[in-house]
Formats: sequence, C-alpha cells, structure tokens
Amino acid sequence: MFRRFVILFSVLIGLVALAAAPIRADDASLVLKRLATDNYGEIEAGVAALAASGLPVSEAVLTALADSRLSYRPSDKALFIKDTSGGWIDAATNAAPAEAPSGLKSVKLNNRVRRALEAALGSMTLMSPDPMKRIAAAEAVFKSRDANTLAPLDVVIGKEADPVVKRYFEEARAAVLLLKTDAPETDRVRAAERLGERGDQDSLALLGSVTEANATANIVSAAKLAAKGIESRLALLSTAQNAWYGLSLGSVLLLAAIGLAITFGVMGIINMAHGEMVMLGAYTTFVVQEIIRTKVPSLFDWSLPIAIPLAFCVSGLVGLLIERVIIRHLYGRPLETLLATWGVSLVLQQAVRSVFGANNREVGAPSYMAGVWDLGGFQITYGRLWIIVFSLVVFFALLGVMKGTSLGLRMRAVIQNRRMAAAMGIRTPVVDALTFALGSGVAGIAGVALSQIDNVSPNLGQSYIIDSFLVVVFGGVGNLWGTLLGALSLGLANKFLEPVAGAVLGKIILLAVIILFIQRRPRGLFALKGRAVDS
Amino acid sequence: MIAFFFRKFDRMATGFVILLAAIAILVPVLNLAVPEGSPFHIPTYLVSLWGKYLAFALLAVALDLVWGYCGILSLGHGAFFALGGYAMGMYLMRQIGTRGVYADPVLPDFMVFLNWKELPFTWYFFDHFAYAVVMVVLVPSVLALVFGWFAFRSRVTGVYLSIITQALTYALLLAFFRNDMGFGGNNGLTDFKDILGLSVQAPTTRAALFALTAVFLALGFLVARAIVVSRFGQVLAAIRDAESRTRFLGYRVERYKLLVFVVSAAMAGIAGALYVPQVGIINPSEFAPSNSIEAVIWVAVGGRGTLVGAALGAVLVNFAKTWLTGMLPEFWLYGLGALFILVTLFLPKGIIGALTSRFGRPGDGGAQ
Repeated sequence: MFRRFVILFSVLIGLVALAAAPIRADDASLVLKRLATDNYGEIEAGVAALAASGLPVSEAVLTALADSRLSYRPSDKALFIKDTSGGWIDAATNAAPAEAPSGLKSVKLNNRVRRALEAALGSMTLMSPDPMKRIAAAEAVFKSRDANTLAPLDVVIGKEADPVVKRYFEEARAAVLLLKTDAPETDRVRAAERLGERGDQDSLALLGSVTEANATANIVSAAKLAAKGIESRLALLSTAQNAWYGLSLGSVLLLAAIGLAITFGVMGIINMAHGEMVMLGAYTTFVVQEIIRTKVPSLFDWSLPIAIPLAFCVSGLVGLLIERVIIRHLYGRPLETLLATWGVSLVLQQAVRSVFGANNREVGAPSYMAGVWDLGGFQITYGRLWIIVFSLVVFFALLGVMKGTSLGLRMRAVIQNRRMAAAMGIRTPVVDALTFALGSGVAGIAGVALSQIDNVSPNLGQSYIIDSFLVVVFGGVGNLWGTLLGALSLGLANKFLEPVAGAVLGKIILLAVIILFIQRRPRGLFALKGRAVDS
Repeated sequence: MIAFFFRKFDRMATGFVILLAAIAILVPVLNLAVPEGSPFHIPTYLVSLWGKYLAFALLAVALDLVWGYCGILSLGHGAFFALGGYAMGMYLMRQIGTRGVYADPVLPDFMVFLNWKELPFTWYFFDHFAYAVVMVVLVPSVLALVFGWFAFRSRVTGVYLSIITQALTYALLLAFFRNDMGFGGNNGLTDFKDILGLSVQAPTTRAALFALTAVFLALGFLVARAIVVSRFGQVLAAIRDAESRTRFLGYRVERYKLLVFVVSAAMAGIAGALYVPQVGIINPSEFAPSNSIEAVIWVAVGGRGTLVGAALGAVLVNFAKTWLTGMLPEFWLYGLGALFILVTLFLPKGIIGALTSRFGRPGDGGAQ
C-alpha cells in the first residue's frame, strides 16, 4: 500500500513538474538532488520524479543508476556519473567537473528501486516524441505486463493526442490491469473488454489466463465473453484468409486450364503437352529477364509486360507446329492424340532440359509484384493480387474472342456440331489449327504468371497438368464459365480442406470427390446438350 | 479345361507359349549350370533384368486386354501393378524379422523409426505367404471393382475415363508418400532378405523367380486369350467398336467392362508381385502417372489388340530404355517421346499389327 502511495505521490510530483515547463536549471538540480540519499524509499520516489520531469539528462542519470555508475557528494548533494573510461561527469550539467570530485558515495539499489527504474525507463520511451517508438514501448508493456508501468501509462494516456497511439497505450494498460489481483474489479472488467476489442492472438492468450484463482466471477465472465468475441473474429479472419488463398490457387488453375478448355472443347482432344506450353511461357519470361538484366537493367519492371506477348507467340507457334505436324493426322482418334501429345511433352521437357539445364531458373519479381498489403491481420500479397487480376483479364479477353470475333463464332459452331459447321462452309481444319494455336498461346501467357510463384524448371508443366484436366472435366467441356467455376471451386475447396485434413490428404480427398463427381455427371458441371448418343 | 485355354490357337500364340516355356527352362539352366567363363553363361544380373521385363510384359498383356479388346484406355494400370507389388513387399518386409537395423521381431524398421508401438491392422497376417498371395490378387481387384462399378455404371468413357484413371493413380501416389499411411512413405519397402525361407539375393532364387515370371506371363497370356476368343470376348470387341449399339442390342455393357477390368487389374497385381522381389524395392513412384502412360506405349508399340504384341512391346521398349539410359542418358526421353509420336502416326497397329497385315497372315484379334 505504501508503495502505491509513493508511486502515486511521485506521479503527482511529476505532473506538477511537467506542468511547470520549461523547467529551470535550479529546479532540475532540485529533482536530481532527491536521488542523493541512502534512503531507498526516497531514491524510489526520486526515480519516478526524474522520469516524469522530462529533463534531458534524466535518461543518462537513470541508466547510470541502473548500471550502478551513479554517485553523490554528501556535502552538496551533487550527482556524478562514472563514465566508461572511469572519469566523472556532473549529472546536472552533463559536463566533466573542473576537478575530480572527492568523498563520493554511490547511490545504492535494492529490488524495489530496480523495479521503479525499469518502469521509469520504460515510461520514458512511452514519452518519446516519435509515435512509432511510443507504440513499440506500449507493445513492450503489453508483453511484459509490469505493474510498475501502470502509473506512467496513466500519465501518458492523459497526454496523448494521437488516437492510434492512445489506443495502444490503453491496450497496454488493460493488459497490466487484467491480471493485477489488487486492482478494482470494475477496472479489470473494463480491461477484459478492452482486450476483447483488440482481438488478436496475444489478447486471447491473456484472457485465457484469467481464472477463478486470480479473479472474481464477474471478471472471469467478462474475460470469457471477450475471448469468445476474439475467437469468432479470428475464425472469421482465417476463413477470409483461406478464401483468399483459395481464390489465388483458383486463379492459377484457371490460367493453367483455360487454354486446355478451348482445345478440348473445340477439338475433343486431350493435349498432354499443354503443361509444356505453360513451361515454355515461363522460360520465355526467364529469357526476356536475362536479356533485360544484361542489356537494359532500367527496363526490369517492364519485363513481364514485354514477356506476355512474346510468350503468347512462342507457345502459340509451337502449338501451331504440333497441330500441323502431328495432331491433324489423328483426328477422330482422341486416345491416340493423347499418346502422341504425351510424347511431344517428353520431347519438349528434354529439349528445355538440354538448353537451360535441369535446375530451377531464377525469375525475378518486378517491384510492383513484391510486398504485402495488411488489412487488419488480413494479408494480401501484391504478387497474388496481380495474378488474380491477370487471370480474370485473360479469362474475359478470351470470352470476348469467343463471343465477339468471327473466329470465336466459328469455334463455337465447331464445338456444337462439327459436321454441320463443315456443311455450312466453315473450314474446320483451319479452325482447329487456330484454336490449337490460341489455346497454346494462352498457356504461354499462364507461364508468365506462374513464373512468378513457382519454380521455373523443366517439370513446371507436369505439376499443373493433372489439376488442369480435372478443372476442365469438372467444369464441363466447351464452356468457359464452367472452367472459371471449376477452377475457383477447386481452388477454394483445396484451401479449405488443407487446414482440416493437411495438404496431401486434402488433395487426395479432393481427387476422390472429383472422381465421384465425374461419375455422377460425366460431362461436367455445364454439359453441352446434344442429341448424339456417342458425343 | 486345358482344351478351353488352347481353343482357336494360331501359330503366333503357339510360338509365344513355346518360347516362354523354353526360356523359363533355358535361362535358369544357362545361368546356374553353365560355368561362368563359358560364352553361353547368363550372369545373374541379366536374369533379374529380364525377369523385370517379363513382369512388365505381363502388365502390358493386362493392359492390352482392356484397351485393345474393350477400348478402355486406362492410364492408371500402374496403380494395380504397384498395389500388387506392395502386397508382396509387405510379406518380404515381415520376413526380415530381427535382421533389420533396429532388430525388432515384428515391426519393420521404418515403423520403429516412426516410434510406432504396434503393427497397424493393414499389416496383419502378412507374415503368411498364402495371405500375401491372396492380397496380391484381391487388393487390385477390389479397387478395380469399386472404381469400375462407379465409372462404367455412369457411362464414363473415352478420354474422361482416361483422365479419372490417371487421377486415381495420382491420388494413390500422394497417399503412399505419406508416412502415416504405414507403407514406408517415400522410401517405400526395401532391404528384403528372404522369400519362402530362401535368400532373395541367391542366384538360385533369382533364377526361380525368373522362371516363375515366365510361367505367369504364359498363364496370363492364356487366360487373356481364352477371354478374347470366347463369346464374351466378342461382346467386348463389340463394345470397343460400338458401345451404344451393343447396349441397344441388349447386352449389359457395364457388366462386361467391369469383369474384364477386374481380371486385368488382378493380372497387373500379379505382375507387380513378381516384379518386387526381383528389383528388391517398391516405392510410391511406381504409382506415378507417367509409369502408367509408359505402359500404354509398350502396348501401342507392340500392337494393341494382339496380346503377343503387348508383351513384345514391353520387352522391346524396356530393353531400349536400359540400353539408351546406359549409353546416352539424355536421349532416352527424346527417344521415348519420338516413340510415342511415331508409333501413333505411322504404326497405329503396332509391330505385330503391321507385320500381320503386311504378310496377310490372319491376326489373332481385330486390331483397330
């Protein structure tokens, strides 16, 4: 009780001292003189007074005291600090005295003084002019929950003008009060509510440590209520985060699968080399970046916009070549096409391995792709955000091509009924070749995006190919909206299963579900209705 | 009964069975009885290598049965093969006994390493050879039954079926990589010591395993042939060529497909069980979708719908693989890729199919 009184008293003195700014030099020496004693109680009070005084020397004096480097001359109560080299400094003037002082006695410490010192030093950072430092100090108090900081906190809360910093101060104060058994019940209940508003993992842990052993029933119930609030908030946050990750994965799947959806929809063939088209796009990005790095480093941020059309052309041309040389001979034999394109994929993988080596290649992220956007615990990385935006742009561009161009019109006609389209004068082989080139080109674009989030290696395509097939088959053939929905729902399902079942098991469950789903609806979510029995 | 298996035998089938019988006897003799210095001596490593090829040939025959004769392109037959292999591997693991690194009489090393205290129920009774043999056939068959029942009943066909069979083996690949599945995680099962009390390393055991593989290949071939030349096999061919028409004629298409799929899976499982003791390891990479697709190319190279061609293709492609990966490792994937492309473009009936149509000999199956 006495200690509380002393602290309160010293705070009052401190307030008076603060009110009387600017402090004159003789006032300063008066405050300092209070430490020049061997009475622990007075030293303790003096420490608090000095801390509250805001004197420029106070930090040096208190640090010296904490390190047992502070001495005083009993004759005139002048304070001297022993510096690291063993010389003396006059504490009041912060300068070396004219002659070496004699008859000094050191200011002694006991545990109570030490605690008061810690609190005083902590509270001094609480008064730092830099708001970031004040927040850091408040967070330090929040973690340490030292009861000695309570008094200085009360002071700074009263003075703080910045609402953000003030909130941190109040939260720190609440953290101290909550587990302080001798604090008034109403204060502690309010502290629990305050922590509930803060709503993070630390507050939850703190609230969880309130039990019948250290609190009254009211406090416990308030803490439980607040904890429940935090839990539901955190659950909401993690749901939102999962949804975001799912969306991000879904957009990646969409990019990888959308080209496949077109070729599969139009030509009814499975292009096993589709993953390698993605890989070629990623390697195009790598080459573009290498050239920019060596020739014009200032253009580095433009590497991706430059790589996108190039990747489209590279993959598109390779696709056209494959169609003209191999696939066109295999129409009407989808299973053989599957095998032949698998062979193409092996050759392309090995070719890339021969040219670029088997190791992962480093593709850098431009400045706008780096960084995180924090929305109150909800974190959005710019890279992922761009990829989601990009995948949607690609999707709608492709939708525009399908709906708004004459090639799209002919493609849709061939999807619906190849023979009737041919009878109406559409040159289906040309449509096939262009479709295959378009689908491959889009895969190349996907490779540019994937180079930002995945390892650029010869195996890049392989890791996406099965997922892409499942997206296409799940979404339904020949329908881009089905692909969008399929990709997003697979991405979301994957990320929501992961925390429950683990990454691998989640994936297995998902595969099993898709296998079952395909068996219920063999033509996917959005099946084109036709009359052919063997369509 | 015997006569049933040899119905409608042509020269090629006869030749194939006689060839298998001959090498089943000759190779062990040349390995064991001929002294090492002699030019006719076959070293033990070659015996195991060719034993591996024959196990692959049995897998190819199983695949040809469903793909060549019923039009079911399974890209997941490696899963049945690997499951059979795991069943055999589990028996071999339990035969290690106290000779493991941790010398636990019951638990295999990896379980001791994972700090498991007792055997999971999946491993019960695997110390009995008979039980393991039953499982080698049963596990792939039951998986094929369940999977096929769902797939064929809802009329999943063509590329859709291929994709979900691929997803099936991919899911199993991921599952077997997990340590807590209790099948050794990504290291798989290895370090085998005994089979039926005989050392798996001994040349005599290896020669016996080789002969056994050749015998089982011949048996598998006879069973598959018996199926395809029967009335049942004719319905299968009808399903392959016009599924809807066959259904409209009153045949329960899904039952035919299911039965042939299950038989094929069981054959693949036996092939896996013969493969494991000869190579001395089974790990989850056997489930990799690429392995299953590679098996498809064996069949395509030899000639789908010919059975003999499937076996021939498996041996040829694998021989080429061993040879090329030894000589020019970088060119193996080019070679394999080119094989896929060239065979589908220029040799749609495979080697046997091309030969029979060239020389006008009656083929033993309606290769399409």
